[in-house]
Amino acid sequence: MTLFFHELKRDRIKLIVWTAAIAFMLCLSILIYPQMTSQMSEMGDMFAEMGGFSQAFNMDKINFGEFSGYFAVECGNVLGLGGAFFAALLGISALAKEERERTAEFLLTHPVSRSYVVSRKLAAVIAEVLILNIAVALASFLASLAIGEKIGTKLFFSVFLGYLLMQTEIACVMFGLSAFIKGNGLGIGLGAAFVLYFMNILANLTDEAEFLRYITPFSYADGTAIVANGGIEAKYLIPGAAFTLIGIAAAFIKYNRKDIRA
Amino acid sequence: MKAIETNGLTKFYGRARGIENVDLTVEEGEIFGFIGPNGAGKSTTIRTLLGLIKKSGGSASVLGMDIEKDKERILKEVGYLPSEASFYGGMRVKEVLEFSAKLRKKDCREEAKRLSERLGLELDRKVGELSLGNRKKVGIVAAMQHKPRLYILDEPTSGLDPLIQREFFALLRERNEEGATVFLSSHVLSEIGRYCTRAGILREGRLIKEDSVDNLTGTGVKRVTLHGADRLPEIDGMRDVNICASGMSFLYSGRADALVKALAGLSFEDITLTDPDIEDVFMHYYEREGE
Repeated sequence: MTLFFHELKRDRIKLIVWTAAIAFMLCLSILIYPQMTSQMSEMGDMFAEMGGFSQAFNMDKINFGEFSGYFAVECGNVLGLGGAFFAALLGISALAKEERERTAEFLLTHPVSRSYVVSRKLAAVIAEVLILNIAVALASFLASLAIGEKIGTKLFFSVFLGYLLMQTEIACVMFGLSAFIKGNGLGIGLGAAFVLYFMNILANLTDEAEFLRYITPFSYADGTAIVANGGIEAKYLIPGAAFTLIGIAAAFIKYNRKDIRA
Repeated sequence: MKAIETNGLTKFYGRARGIENVDLTVEEGEIFGFIGPNGAGKSTTIRTLLGLIKKSGGSASVLGMDIEKDKERILKEVGYLPSEASFYGGMRVKEVLEFSAKLRKKDCREEAKRLSERLGLELDRKVGELSLGNRKKVGIVAAMQHKPRLYILDEPTSGLDPLIQREFFALLRERNEEGATVFLSSHVLSEIGRYCTRAGILREGRLIKEDSVDNLTGTGVKRVTLHGADRLPEIDGMRDVNICASGMSFLYSGRADALVKALAGLSFEDITLTDPDIEDVFMHYYEREGE
């Protein structure tokens, strides 16, 4: 557990800042809901008339007059994108940062196997994603209590489970990539999260891009789609699980064979 | 038992040469010096032995254990000091040392404290704020606090002031007297000459000589210094010529009578014949092998 806790400690500020920022934004969105309800029905009509734009964000399927619909859209914006960025940054830097900060030599000349390092770092990444999501879910639950609104327990869990799984997938795929790079993977991480996000938007816009749903984890973690369908769409979860496993396997295989250059 | 034994150890980085066919033997209990200029392959050899990089060919064992199959068991018994020690920036010295000890599943607090006091290292400082020399001290304590059987030290004294260097070698001698083996790479040849019992010379990835320091410095080579001489003798076996205002000196390997004959026609005020120091020996092997 030494390396696991060491990782958590190293990332603690990053984790606190991202969690606080995402929780704050989401709670703020929830807390202003009562003031917005009066205009909601008009807004709902407006979004329904906006065609492609609403379609891109699945807003045509949502009833804005209901809190669950509003919550799903806001969750998608804040936790969806924010969480994806956080998970990507965490994953892409997990293994590579040791070489970038030149600490790999120190760490790997202790009596620990490469697999030990990979497994503990992976566990730390997943734990951090989990902590962020639990904290954000708790905060948004309290915020909705404060304004006297409630979404169904099942739906609430489905939405957060969707985002948790999506972030886990992104983190694991980036983690796998992290074993291959030496430098700062920040650009790769952020870029990948953006591309996956836009793939889902594209898939929402046109049926010809439907196949993209099987690539991007935003398909099964789309809050609006979850609310509209009443749950996570399992068919998109299967390729997601496969990508997750491939990412993890790649990390173990590559890192075990990697030359750590000075 | 051999502390380190390599047979034809080879490492290529893609097409670039790291080391080639290195046959090295370090006996347990000795202080072994590994000499060579930058880029000769000293660090590559060390990093291969420690499993940081994978060998391309040959075989190697450390303390009788195979470097690939028994990597973790080897690392348990080894204290390694890299040439450029880097640590986790946000941590304090104390935390780095504790983290290192925990990874080894040992409680080294007392030893860490003792070593830090001797080296003048403050345990509460943040490692990110340390100077190169103080970072090196953290590396030394991390390499020594668990009392390993084998010390592998890559350029250990770079960045250390002379007083700390002396203390560091005193610590190494103590550990050596307790039975530990020391393998140190350096391009500071006087260091090797002073502290090591045996040495190996690495040149462009190949081990060109491995012998006791006494034998290396007594190879029949003499440094000849002619004070007030205006020209050099014409003789074979002369190399590493230095010319200065007061005269000239060169390394000579060959028969003494031939030297005397060659000197007979020259004009000079004084002559000294000395055993070469380790730097001369190094130049001797380096130039000869390079021919």
